[in-house]
Amino acid sequence: MVERTPLLNLLTHAILVVGLLMLMLPLWIVFVASTHDFRTVNTVPMPLWPGAHMVENYVTTWNQSQFGPKMLNSLIMAVGVTTGKIVLAALSAYSIVYFRYRLRMVFFWLIFITLMLPLEVRIVPTYAVAANALRPFQEIINVLGLSALTDLLFGVRIVLPEAQLLNSYAGLILPLIATATGTFLYRQFFLTVPEELLEAAKMDGTGPLRFFWDILLPLSKANMAALATIMFVYSWNQYLWPLLVVTDPAYGTAVMQLQRIVPGPLFGEPPRWHIAMAGTLMVMLPPLLVVVFMQRWFVRGLINQDK
Amino acid sequence: MSGKRVTFDRHWLALLLILPQMLLVFVFFYWPTGEALFWAFTLEPPFGGDMQWVGWQNFITVMEDPLYWNSVRRSVVFALSSTAIAMGIGMLLALFVDRELPGYRGFRFVFFWPYAVAAPAVGLAFRFIFAPDAGFVSAINQWFPGLWNPALDGVDAMILITLANAWSMVAYNFIFFLAGLQSIPRSLVEAGAMDGSGVLRRMRDIQLPLIAPTVFFLIVINVTDSFVNSFGIVDITTGGGPARATDLMVFKIYSDGFKGKDYSLAAAQSIILMGLVVLLTFFQFKYVERRVHYT
Repeated sequence: MVERTPLLNLLTHAILVVGLLMLMLPLWIVFVASTHDFRTVNTVPMPLWPGAHMVENYVTTWNQSQFGPKMLNSLIMAVGVTTGKIVLAALSAYSIVYFRYRLRMVFFWLIFITLMLPLEVRIVPTYAVAANALRPFQEIINVLGLSALTDLLFGVRIVLPEAQLLNSYAGLILPLIATATGTFLYRQFFLTVPEELLEAAKMDGTGPLRFFWDILLPLSKANMAALATIMFVYSWNQYLWPLLVVTDPAYGTAVMQLQRIVPGPLFGEPPRWHIAMAGTLMVMLPPLLVVVFMQRWFVRGLINQDK
Repeated sequence: MSGKRVTFDRHWLALLLILPQMLLVFVFFYWPTGEALFWAFTLEPPFGGDMQWVGWQNFITVMEDPLYWNSVRRSVVFALSSTAIAMGIGMLLALFVDRELPGYRGFRFVFFWPYAVAAPAVGLAFRFIFAPDAGFVSAINQWFPGLWNPALDGVDAMILITLANAWSMVAYNFIFFLAGLQSIPRSLVEAGAMDGSGVLRRMRDIQLPLIAPTVFFLIVINVTDSFVNSFGIVDITTGGGPARATDLMVFKIYSDGFKGKDYSLAAAQSIILMGLVVLLTFFQFKYVERRVHYT
């Protein structure tokens, strides 16, 4: 807008710079603290300029926290959740938008309702299900009397095998996929695809799978990138759920590892803040890089999520 | 729901496509939620055996527990104050970035980084920065010994987790406020300028009223998020202490259910929290049609 407001422009920049400081200072402090030795990091107030112990601290932290395998686990989990979500979301949204059948609205609402309750508020029973994912089916079989029926007829009871998901990648990934976020992103996108596209495709004799694969999926690339970025950040940053599902260190994630490097009198250890901050920096870096490099997709995904 | 005019009619395929999602949602959403309801009304006998139906007993136990009300009170204070801080700052930054003065792209680029940082990482960073014996804030203890100590003082601990939570939510609010502001037709703001209203006046009388739906949407999202996602920050920063001063609702459910092994009590608390979240979400859906449509 063309108007001269030199004083206000100065104020605008001042406010933005203060905002920048507030939002970036914590990150900067984490970085600076991770580059000093034990003695410097514990001086009050700590220097605001990086020290010379960066490489040494990072190597110590990386080895001590076993970030190699932990980061790999986090990556498996994040990629698993992201791909699982995209595949399931695309398929179910396709089913809801492009087919007309009676249960359509029922399914729509069943998925819609899952938006209301995040994993954290139903954490206790979800954990119980993860101990045996087939238990719901077993109990349904029991309640319906199917088991008693086959017992009567064939002398065999139906006993489903146990599907124990604790300490497994499936346990880390599956419950995080069971929500509606992506489905709605895809549904919204499908609804904006012109009707003529399907008419033309049908006229050419294209079947539903072909139409999905050759026409809709290529069109939804932007949508996919948006969903992928927000899902990656969301799943990499999971903390409470992995903490419950994983007791075997072999499946521990990087974010979980933060709990082990909290220095403090609680654990009777010297406050090794330089190591703790190096760990913090390493854990926060991968999703931060995704956000920085995929900024456009990320913002689009967030805003169109329509929670 | 608006559907397509032209559709396929192979019903078995449609069912097959949606089946995986429905299975997951059933096993990991509906079953656990149902089971939480069941547990909330039953008790496990101390010497084993079937769960016993106890009616509202678990809820009464929870409601009569002063520790529970303590955690509700703390959660409300936490949620409202971090929402106010995060939305206030997010809105201010968005309003001024939206002026699009030279360099605004740089600020816009950086302002949503905090969103990517995991809650426990935020917690650990803030624990260091605000530590009573290291970092920065402790400098005030050199002039006023013992003034700041989140490990001993409940109020300090609350301030600490509130600031950490607010910091991590500012970015989200900023993104949505900016999107809301940019969806306002430029001609409206220009018309205001033609009529001689200044920048601040236009913000107050044109832009803010027009993004009111965004404000409402964000209040609900922020409050829900603070209720739900606080666990990571609390667990790393204060561990619910000192003396339960930061014993927020999700943290209490976790400690009662998994540390105390009392599923029934934890389930009753979960149900109450679910009710609260559903209520907030319902509130939001009710006004959802008033929302600004972005892009």
